[in-house]
Amino acid sequence: MAVAHRPSQRTAQTRTSARSSAQAAGLSVYAGPFGPEQAERLLWRGGFGPQPDEASELAALGLREAVLYLTRPGPVTLEGPAPVLEDGRPIDPYGTPGDDVLWWLDRMVRSSAPLVERMTLIWHDWFATSIASVGSQRLMIAQNETQRGLCLGSFDRMFAAMTIDPAMLVFLSGAENVKEAPNENYAREMQEIFTLGVDGGYTERDVREHARALTGWTCTWSPASKEPEDFHFDPARHDDGVKLIYGRRGRFDWRDSVRLVLSYPSHPGYFVSRLWSYFSPEPLPAKDARAAQRLYVSSGFAIRPVLEAMLVHPLVYEGPRMVKPPIVQIAGMLRAIGRYIDTDIWVGEANMAGQLPFSPPNVSGWDATKWLNTGTWQARFNLASAIIGEQRVLSPAEDSGTVPGDPRALVEAASAFWGSPTLSAATSGALLSYAQSAAVDAASKEWQREEFPVIALNALRSLVAATPDYHTC
Amino acid sequence: MGSDFTDRACGCEELNRAELLRRGVAQAGRGLPAIEPGMPLPAGTGLSRRGFLLSSAGLALSVYGMGSLLDPAKFEEGIARAASGPEGRVLVSVYLQGGVDAMSVLYPAGEPLYGKYRPVLGLAAGAGPVFSEDPRLYWNPLVAGLAQLHSEGKVSVLPAVGYTDPNESHFTSRHFYEVGATDANLATGWMGRYLDLTGTPDNPLQGLCVEDSLQPSLATARVPVATIERPPSYAFYARGVGGVQQELMYDSFNALGQVGVASGDPGMAQSGQAALSAEALRERLAPFQPAPGTAAPALPAGYPRSSGTFPARMAGIAQLLGLGMPMRCVSISTESVFDTHNDQAPRLTAGLGEAAQTVYAFQRDLEARGLADRVLTLVWSEFGRRPKENASAGTDHGAAGCGFVIGTQAAGKMIGEWPGLAKGLDALGNVRATSDFRGLYCSLLEQWLEYDASAVIPGAARMARPRVVG
Repeated sequence: MAVAHRPSQRTAQTRTSARSSAQAAGLSVYAGPFGPEQAERLLWRGGFGPQPDEASELAALGLREAVLYLTRPGPVTLEGPAPVLEDGRPIDPYGTPGDDVLWWLDRMVRSSAPLVERMTLIWHDWFATSIASVGSQRLMIAQNETQRGLCLGSFDRMFAAMTIDPAMLVFLSGAENVKEAPNENYAREMQEIFTLGVDGGYTERDVREHARALTGWTCTWSPASKEPEDFHFDPARHDDGVKLIYGRRGRFDWRDSVRLVLSYPSHPGYFVSRLWSYFSPEPLPAKDARAAQRLYVSSGFAIRPVLEAMLVHPLVYEGPRMVKPPIVQIAGMLRAIGRYIDTDIWVGEANMAGQLPFSPPNVSGWDATKWLNTGTWQARFNLASAIIGEQRVLSPAEDSGTVPGDPRALVEAASAFWGSPTLSAATSGALLSYAQSAAVDAASKEWQREEFPVIALNALRSLVAATPDYHTC
Repeated sequence: MGSDFTDRACGCEELNRAELLRRGVAQAGRGLPAIEPGMPLPAGTGLSRRGFLLSSAGLALSVYGMGSLLDPAKFEEGIARAASGPEGRVLVSVYLQGGVDAMSVLYPAGEPLYGKYRPVLGLAAGAGPVFSEDPRLYWNPLVAGLAQLHSEGKVSVLPAVGYTDPNESHFTSRHFYEVGATDANLATGWMGRYLDLTGTPDNPLQGLCVEDSLQPSLATARVPVATIERPPSYAFYARGVGGVQQELMYDSFNALGQVGVASGDPGMAQSGQAALSAEALRERLAPFQPAPGTAAPALPAGYPRSSGTFPARMAGIAQLLGLGMPMRCVSISTESVFDTHNDQAPRLTAGLGEAAQTVYAFQRDLEARGLADRVLTLVWSEFGRRPKENASAGTDHGAAGCGFVIGTQAAGKMIGEWPGLAKGLDALGNVRATSDFRGLYCSLLEQWLEYDASAVIPGAARMARPRVVG
C-alpha cells in the first residue's frame, strides 16, 4: 500500500512552532522524552491511532513538529480504496440508513488528516445533533461537512454556523421559533451546553430574550424528498422588538445572540475547559487554563492555537490515560491492520460499543466518563473478531508452520498484529500467562503442540485488544 | 420505549396510552405514567418484579408478586415440587390486541344489511366456508384454521360476547375483561384471583405470561406469577478459538481485569472493572446461551413464518407444557394490533391470518404432544368494532365482539347467538351482547378449573353459566 501522507515524508515546519506558541502564551510545555510511546498517545488522542510504524516515524519529528504534522495537515486526501460492501455495492450515505456512519468512518480510516476527523468528532459531540430527531442523513452529513470545514478555524464562525445549521434548526427547534410563540430550546442549550456551561451566570430572562432574538428561521417541507428544505430567515417571523440580554438593550437578532454569548465573561473559561476535556481526563491547572483563555480571546476565538498549546501540555504525556471513544477504537483498529470499509457491520458494532456517530444520546453528547461497562466491554471484545475477519484469522491446518511455539513470541506476534501498542509489564505478564497455559501447558500430544499455539494466537489477538492498555491511550 | 411502540402503533392515541400504562405496570414501582382521570389503574400495579433464572428449564423469568413474599431462593424447588405433582388442567388466554372486528372473523354475508354496512370491506358470501351453527355467518378465509377446528367439534364460538353498558375505551373495556368485572377499581386479574386461592407461594410458573410484561389477567395479590424473558444474549467470541483455549481465555478476562483495577490509572481501572463484571456476568449466564453456531430452533410444523414472535411464543407454551412445567393459567397477547380504524383489509390479512394460523398450529401441536385433553384455550379481544364501516376503509370502536374457547374438551357449541344487523344493534349502532364474559369466566372456572366461581368473579351468583366443557 502506498502511503502518501506519513510523518517520514514531512518537511520541517518553518512557520509557527506549537511549542513556542504555547510557551509564548504562558502554558506549560512537556519537556520529557518524545518517543514512540508518546507519539502513539498523541496519535490516539489527536486522531485514530497509528498506522503501522507511524508512531516511530512521528516520534522522529520531535514533539513540536509532531503536533504541527497533525494540526496543519495541508491538502486533505483520502488514501486507499473507497468503501465497497460485501455485495459489491458502494455506500449510499444519503439514502441507506447506516451508510452515513460508514461514510464518516471511512474518512476516519482513510483521511490523510486524522486530526481533522477527530476534531470533527469533537464538534459533533459538542454540538450534539441526532439523526433520530433530524430524520435526514443529508442534513446530518451537511452539518458534518460544515463542522469539518470549520474544525480548526475560529469558534465564532463555528458557533454562528451551528446556530443556523439546518440539522440544528430542526434538532433544537430553531425552525419553529417564531415571534408569536418563541421556542426557547436553542436559546437555552446554546448557553448551557455550547458556550457558557450550566452555571454560566446567565438568567432565565436571558434565555427568553435570546429566544426572541433568534426568531425568524424557518424551512419548508419537501413532499418529493420527504425532508425539510429551503432553510431561510423570514423577517416576518422575526421579533424585531427591543430585547434585554445580559443587561444590554437592543433590537437583537441571531447574529447579536451569537456575538453576545461569545463576549459573555464565562465563555472563554467554558471553551477552554470543554476543549481540554477531550484531550485529558485531568483538568488543566488553573494557571495554564487562564493562559489558554487569554490565547483564545487574543487570537479572536481561534481554535487551532489553543489546540496546539494543549497538545504539547505535559498532562497529555504524563497524566492519566483516557478511555478511547468506541468509534475511535474501531477506526483505529482498522487503521492498524490496514483494513478499509468493506462491510456495513461497523454500524452495529459501533452502536453496541456505545457510540453510534450521528446518534448521540442527547444534546450533551456522549458521556466520556462511562464508556466501559459489562455491555460495552463485551462489544469491544467481540469487535476484535469482527475486525480480524475471516481473511486474517489463523487456522491450525495452514498456519502451524509459521506460528511460534514460544509463549513470549506468541504475545509479541499478537501485539504486532495491532501495531505493537504499548503494554504495561503487568498486562504483558497476564498475556504471557495465557500463552503459557493455552499454547504450551494444555498441549500433551504432538498435534496439540502444533495446533494449540495457532489457536492461542487467535485468542491472544482478541485479548490484546481487550487489555486495559489498549482500551485507553 | 416511545419510538419502539409507535413503530407498531395503530393510529389510536388512546390505545397507545393504554399500552404505555400497561408497560408501566411491567416496571412496577419505577414510576407509572400519569393515569388520566377516569382511567382505571391496571391490575398488577405495585407488584414487585424480580429476575430469576430457572436452571431446570433454561428459562429467564421475571417473577411478579408482593415484594416481601418474593423469595427467589425457593422458586427452583417450588417449581420442581409442583412439577412432580399430578398434571393439572391448563387454561391459556390469548388476547387479540386492539379490539378485533368480529364481523371480519365471522362475517354475516347472509344478512341483507351486510352490504349496506360494509360496502368497501364486505366479503362475498362464498369467499369462506359457512358457519354451520348459523347460516347467516361465514368464516373469513383468513381464519380457515378455526373453521377446521370448529368442524371437528373443538371450538365453542361466542359470536357476540360483551356486557351491559359497554365501554368503548380500549383501556377501560380491556381492564374489565382482565379483572373479570365491570369494576374500574379491581386491582387483581380474574386468573390472578383464582391463583391466589389455589396456588402456592413458591411456583411462579402457575401463572405464566409469555411476553415482556405481566398481563393484568394474571395479577395476583398473594402468590407469585411470572413472565418469560428471552435469556439475555451474552456471548464472547474470538474467531478461530474454542475448547480449552477459549475456557482459558475467559480466565484471562479476570487476569486483565485485575491488572486494570490494580494499575492505579482511572481509565485502565474502568476497563478492568468492566472486564471483571463482564466475566462474572458471562459465567452466570453461560448455561442460558445457545451453543456456538446453533440457530434458533425451528418451530414445529404448521406454525406460520413470522417477522414477529407470536407464533414462536405460542409454540413455546406447548413446549413448556411438554416439558412438564407446572403451569395452570397462561396468558399471551398477539403482537398484531387489530385497532383497524383505517385500511382494515390489508392489516387483517397480515395480522388475523397469522393469529388464526398460530392458534390452529398450537392446537395441533398440543394434540401431537398428547397434551390436548388438559389444555383449553380462550381467545378474546376487548370489544368488537362498529358494524358500519367508516370513510377510511376501517371500522371504529364497537361493543360486543367475538370469543372462542378451543380444545378437545371444549363443548363445541355456540354460546349466545349472532343478534343480527336488523335488530341486534344498540342505539349507538354497536352490536348488542348475547353472552357475558363474566358468565364465560364462571363457566371456565367451574367446568374446567373445577373451582367455585363465586370466590373469584364478583356477582357470580347472578351470572348465567354457558356450557363450555364436554
